[in-house]
Amino acid sequence: MKTIKYEAIVEHVSKMCQEANFDLGQDVVNAFQTALKKERSETGKDILEQLIANADIAKNERVPMCQDTGVSVFIVELGQDCHITGGKLYDAINEGVKKGYEEGYLRHSIVDHPITREKSKGYNTPSIIHVELVEGDELVIHMSAKGGGSENMSTLKMLKPSDGVEGVKNFILDTVKVAGPNACPPLVVGIGVGGNFERSAYLAKKSLFRPIGHRNERTEISELERELMEKINQLGIGPQGMGGSTTALDVKIEIEPCHIAALPVAINLNCHASRHKEIRL
Amino acid sequence: MGAIQLSCPISDEEIRTLKAGDRVLLSGTIYTARDAAHKRMSEALQNGEELPIQIAGQVIYYVGPTPAKPGQVIGSAGPTTSGRMDKYTPALLELGLKGMIGKGYRSDEVVESIKKNKAVYFGAIGGSGALIARTIKSSEVIAYEDLGPEAIYKLEVKEFPAVVIIDSEGNDWYEIGKQQYQSY
Repeated sequence: MKTIKYEAIVEHVSKMCQEANFDLGQDVVNAFQTALKKERSETGKDILEQLIANADIAKNERVPMCQDTGVSVFIVELGQDCHITGGKLYDAINEGVKKGYEEGYLRHSIVDHPITREKSKGYNTPSIIHVELVEGDELVIHMSAKGGGSENMSTLKMLKPSDGVEGVKNFILDTVKVAGPNACPPLVVGIGVGGNFERSAYLAKKSLFRPIGHRNERTEISELERELMEKINQLGIGPQGMGGSTTALDVKIEIEPCHIAALPVAINLNCHASRHKEIRL
Repeated sequence: MGAIQLSCPISDEEIRTLKAGDRVLLSGTIYTARDAAHKRMSEALQNGEELPIQIAGQVIYYVGPTPAKPGQVIGSAGPTTSGRMDKYTPALLELGLKGMIGKGYRSDEVVESIKKNKAVYFGAIGGSGALIARTIKSSEVIAYEDLGPEAIYKLEVKEFPAVVIIDSEGNDWYEIGKQQYQSY
């Protein structure tokens, strides 16, 4: 049985929150470079160049790449032979977020009450925390700083099984079309198919944690990812919706078994600032 | 084609020459306001009160920056989604607001009001907050200080990069730009 201290989790989470906002992943930077070579629109090229320059400034000056430093979303893989001492896992993560957002001069973007919009605490908490119990004695924490603009354009629909793969594709393409400039393209499109109502949304979110360029292991799903990527990039929306051939940097699909009567499809859009970090304890 | 240099506030003649798709570099004075400040301005107008800024002729930037680090003029300061301000915008355009900087679609009512009042809507690059912050040379809270990042700030900018999305004739670059590259 491995033991991990509460304080260690706080420190690691604090660091992850700052690094996620300052250091854009190399997978995203590489995707910008690849897109720049293919982009046909002059404005589109100009935007991609500015995004690369922006990522450089953020990294070198230790400032957030975007003022929307997001809601911190965690997927935690907790080994069942791992024991956390000194406090609750959820509290440790939230304390780490509070510390990281304070020390990193990151924006607090959470209101306490969704309807009255009351904002009493200055912290960027509570975080969204998903825990998966797994084999082994490791604690793996995946963190994402998820922006509001792209989250707002995300969708979920309970399709009919008879809608088939064409129905799934059309729903995805329609979501990207409707989102247009609002979701800050070029996008990473995360899709969850199957499970049930809430599970499809979780799968869509989880797919965004996969690095850009990593395909689903199932052949028919990786082919669907490729096909959708091509079609989305033919929509013409382009960088920032100002026209061009780069609308998506990647398309990711996760699937799960579902009810005989159901075909749940959830689409979670991520802006180009696809900020993900991972720590293994 | 190079970018057009514009000074803010922007003159009516200059606004008339701007066309959807033009790349511009903005220099001069602009004001920030996002959701909460718009709501307060709207309530002030409903109550027959004066607005905290003289809005006629001015440019508003939809932004809620990150806190400035010691020594910084402002934190990261990219645009937020403009559509959330649509409900409040026609009333401000009627009072003479001439320019808006943000990102994303505007409602039909806002487009009509832009045409009627001969104004302009610029798109800045969402998610380039660190780069845009470099073009902001000074920042001063003017009103609603209690709103923190959502307060109204007066900014002096130099060569702030943007694109004309909706010009004073109502042409929409999101539509025009997309059609040029659409093949599916």
